[in-house]
Amino acid sequence: MTFIDQYILSILTFSPIIGVIILFLFRVKNSISSKTIGLISSIITFAISIYIYSKFDLTQNAFQFVQANQLFIDLDIKYAVGIDGLSLILILLTTFLTPITILSAFKSIEKRVNEFIVMMLMLEVGMIGVFVSTDLFLFYIFWEAILIPMYFIIGIWGGQNRIYATIKFFIFTMAGSLLMLVAILWMGNYAVAQSIGKFSTDYLVLLEIAKSIPENVQLYLFLAFTISFAIKVPLFPLHTWLPDAHVEAPTAGSVILAGVLLKMGTYGLVRFSLPLFPMATIYFTPLFATLAVFGIIYGALVSLVQTDLKKLVAYSSVSHLGFVVLGIFAATEESIQGSILQMVNHGLSTGALFLLVGMIYERRHTREISDFGGLAKSIPIFSTFFMIVTLSSIGLPGLNGFVGEFLILVGSFNSSNLNSNWFTIFATSGVILSAVYMLWMFQRVIFGKIKNEANSKISDLSKREVAVLVPIIIFIIWIGVYPTTFLSISSNSTKKVVAYFEKNNQSQTMFLENK
Amino acid sequence: MVNYINYTSLILIFPLIGFLINGVFGSKLKSEKLIGSISVLGVSIPFFISSLILIQMLSSNIDERLYIVNLFSWIDVGSLKINVSYLIDELSIIMTLIVTGVGALIHIYAIGYMHGDKSFWRFFAYLNLFIFAMLNLVLADNFLLMFLGWEGVGLCSYLLIGFWYDRNFDKSTTADAAKKAFIVNRIGDFGFLIALFLIFTNFGSLEFVDVITQASVLQSGDELLTAITLLLFLGATGKSAQIPLFVWLPDAMAGPTPVSALIHAATMVTAGVYLLARTSAIFILAPFTMNVVAIIGITTAIFAGTIGLVQNDIKKVLAYSTISQLGYMFLACGVGAFSAAIFHLMTHAFFKALLFLAAGSVIHALHHEQDIYKMGGLKKYLPITFFTFLIAALAISGIPPLSGFFSKDEILYKAFSFGSFWYWFFGFIGAGLTTLYMMRLVYLTFYGNENFDDSIKPHESPKVMTIPLIVLAILSAIGGLIGIPHALGGTNYFEEFLEPVFKTSNSQLPFVFENITTEYLLMALSVAISICAIWYARNLFLQNLKKSELIKNKFSSAHNILVNKYFVDEFYEKIFINPIKKLSDSFLWKWFDIKIIDGLINNSAKFIQYLSSVLVKVQTGVTENYVQIFVLGVTLILLKIIL
Repeated sequence: MTFIDQYILSILTFSPIIGVIILFLFRVKNSISSKTIGLISSIITFAISIYIYSKFDLTQNAFQFVQANQLFIDLDIKYAVGIDGLSLILILLTTFLTPITILSAFKSIEKRVNEFIVMMLMLEVGMIGVFVSTDLFLFYIFWEAILIPMYFIIGIWGGQNRIYATIKFFIFTMAGSLLMLVAILWMGNYAVAQSIGKFSTDYLVLLEIAKSIPENVQLYLFLAFTISFAIKVPLFPLHTWLPDAHVEAPTAGSVILAGVLLKMGTYGLVRFSLPLFPMATIYFTPLFATLAVFGIIYGALVSLVQTDLKKLVAYSSVSHLGFVVLGIFAATEESIQGSILQMVNHGLSTGALFLLVGMIYERRHTREISDFGGLAKSIPIFSTFFMIVTLSSIGLPGLNGFVGEFLILVGSFNSSNLNSNWFTIFATSGVILSAVYMLWMFQRVIFGKIKNEANSKISDLSKREVAVLVPIIIFIIWIGVYPTTFLSISSNSTKKVVAYFEKNNQSQTMFLENK
Repeated sequence: MVNYINYTSLILIFPLIGFLINGVFGSKLKSEKLIGSISVLGVSIPFFISSLILIQMLSSNIDERLYIVNLFSWIDVGSLKINVSYLIDELSIIMTLIVTGVGALIHIYAIGYMHGDKSFWRFFAYLNLFIFAMLNLVLADNFLLMFLGWEGVGLCSYLLIGFWYDRNFDKSTTADAAKKAFIVNRIGDFGFLIALFLIFTNFGSLEFVDVITQASVLQSGDELLTAITLLLFLGATGKSAQIPLFVWLPDAMAGPTPVSALIHAATMVTAGVYLLARTSAIFILAPFTMNVVAIIGITTAIFAGTIGLVQNDIKKVLAYSTISQLGYMFLACGVGAFSAAIFHLMTHAFFKALLFLAAGSVIHALHHEQDIYKMGGLKKYLPITFFTFLIAALAISGIPPLSGFFSKDEILYKAFSFGSFWYWFFGFIGAGLTTLYMMRLVYLTFYGNENFDDSIKPHESPKVMTIPLIVLAILSAIGGLIGIPHALGGTNYFEEFLEPVFKTSNSQLPFVFENITTEYLLMALSVAISICAIWYARNLFLQNLKKSELIKNKFSSAHNILVNKYFVDEFYEKIFINPIKKLSDSFLWKWFDIKIIDGLINNSAKFIQYLSSVLVKVQTGVTENYVQIFVLGVTLILLKIIL
């Protein structure tokens, strides 16, 4: 391993800071140049992540590019990073979406441009950090650090009601993360009495000792972690911060929020909840699977009656993420692979939807569905992109959404952990409902006669906007036609999680039977 | 010798290329001829290749006619392995020929029909995309790839129904019709998907050959098979517009007429029948499902036929006729006569495509008039259109020796011998209805007074449109001859050719002693009822129009029910659509989400705010208060110590 490869994850994580430093050092005044600096910086980060992908060994399931530095003498708290397939695919999603969102903001963000770019780049640092950390202490720091730039992005560049939305977003997530912090501290402390002999937050150490934690406590720890993740996902009924945050956030914020931040929750479920507490997972599966399925249907029905485009997309996220959570709790190889792919899919299609909504908002300064109609005539290029993304979102075979959804559903149907087909059968009805709310919205916005004169005068997408959307469309089709490229990244990590989960649940079913 | 099977992938690639060229660069291609030619090539080259494959197949041994062409691995996770691979056998090659053959004719016709449309290129891009999806559907060697085609054709149907997205249609808009088609189909897809989950969970594969081999071992009447087949059939009722999911097809007439001919008559809507035929070996082991299929089929046939009698929009009549004819195909499937179903599927593709295209020619000549009461006397203006329409109408009516006679009679005969007298009886009544509504169209459109506007001078369509009409007319006329039954001295070549595909299902059928007398009798009866219906239609709609008015008035309430299509749409709206909207809006969103969940959270925040606002009062900032409290505290502590 070369010197660079040894530190490559740290380089990746902190590479966006290059842009930040340049912005500060040269006190860039011109808004276009600062945006360009942000764009270039995030493209460099993307390039680094591609380099990592090219060096990544797909046949392994252990953490790769590991780097660990002890932070304290008496405590086993480390700056420890490493990636497996699960982290890698989400890192790629993050580094892919960030330049796209910065490019999308070229026109819409006009005030405090430097600060905005800095916030976006710092956000990227936090997001990558979350996915590379293999120490729970470090993970927690990144997890919380993300709140700060996001807080400002919504709070400064947001809409009318942004302060309310920011505070709500902040408090919700804080409440969840405090639970997680307590759980991390408890486990770290528990390590003292174990063979390691000192306080430890190392993921692999905790994975080892978690089995010996008293069962009752495991249940609490599981809940502490899982509720924190569920808020982030968001899982019904903890979702009400999401519509507000989305509606108030600027487009770039919404894209990152939906595209990556929500995935931190589902990532946490796969990375921590399932492997650390397999027994508690089984114990709580009926509850969380029910909430997931409920969320699928509930989110879809509520989307159906939204009048604001952004709210509609926000509620649809509740529905889509319900599939992901169901797949995770089904805990079969097919379903978890489906969930991981669906995290990416949702990032792409919902990200693209927010971008598209942002683009017409810039033109018409409204997001009310009833203000539109007949856009197919006035802006056909926009309408075509909108169509493809809509189809991706409703899971049309041949596009990305279908592969993920199908894997989740077929895997859940067969899941011994869910132990009932009904979860899947109800979840499948979401396939009908997503077509209903998306196509109804699409029809009201795109088809029909132009009723509002303002809609006939707007201009079609600019070259920059096409450049924002085309990369996403390429992946939407790629994943739909040849998902193997992406499934193979996470394949071994998934197998490991499933095997680990199954091994542990066998030894602990005894306990459940007593309960 | 060249092995044409190696060129299978080209069958799929050409329409895809056509779609991409026209879809991406179409708006820049100025020449309609160029766009049209690209598109026609995209469908006719596959026709040519599949003809070669058929010829090769015919020259090879009967048990060597099944080929699997594997292209690449699509999804490979855990035990789920799905390939993009194609299955070529007698059934799929026939379907491919129908799709590409009839498809090519309709493409050619559309060059004339769509002439001058501002989105000419978009239309042809969609048509090629449709062909691509449809070929995936019929050639797929596994359920999931078939589902890709299944959804793909649904998408194209959606895009093409709403092609004129800013027009009104009936009481609503074309966009409404498009959306309805997609969503109703999704309800069927729900069944299809659950069936796939069941199949994969129990058989560990989604490949037709695998699944059928494993399923064949199970007992007839096995609950699992019953569940799977019922769910698959739910999918079929969506795509093939059967009760209860037929409601989208009449509205689908909002699309341009070539679309109605290609997608909503000849090819896509028969996908459900194809699905049943493809999985016939499973269906035959689920007698309960087979009864359901037959009953739904025959009920739909009669139900749609009666509605068709009173509709005044020429395309709507044809739409209900399609639903009704699909009902016949399902009746055939339901009694186990799968090859008869496919035979009728083929002849129907010929004559129904022709009926639509000829109707399109009429509509074209009358500047988009579709009301048959505003037509009449067109025979002399549109001779080719008239003559071809007449052949198709007689073919669907089952007049020998036209194609419909052979295929329909085969269904009726099989319904009688494998099914029951009642299946035959209702099928027989339905045949009468068919002739009646078809001849009503013929007389009101082409005979009698000229009821159209004086300013319109109708003239025959250009050659690019009439030549496809003539070719289809020839096919409608002689297409049945490849299935002449034994009773009439033929060998039923078509059935024989398909025999290997339906071997398993045929082996499960009850042995019926072939009774030629019965067969002759049934044939004679159905020809008789058709001739009576022609005579009656002539009487009502040509010689004695007042009489039809009288009948209408006499049975006005029955007529009203039929005109309003048994109020099925209204029923669905009241029972399903409105309650769901209401539930979602006022209950789930405005009450539960905002008031309850969010209210709980905001109120707990308010509660904390309130608590702190109480506590904050302690901090008065007035020194005297602090002193008072201090003194009070000290006193209390002292008291505690003393006491």
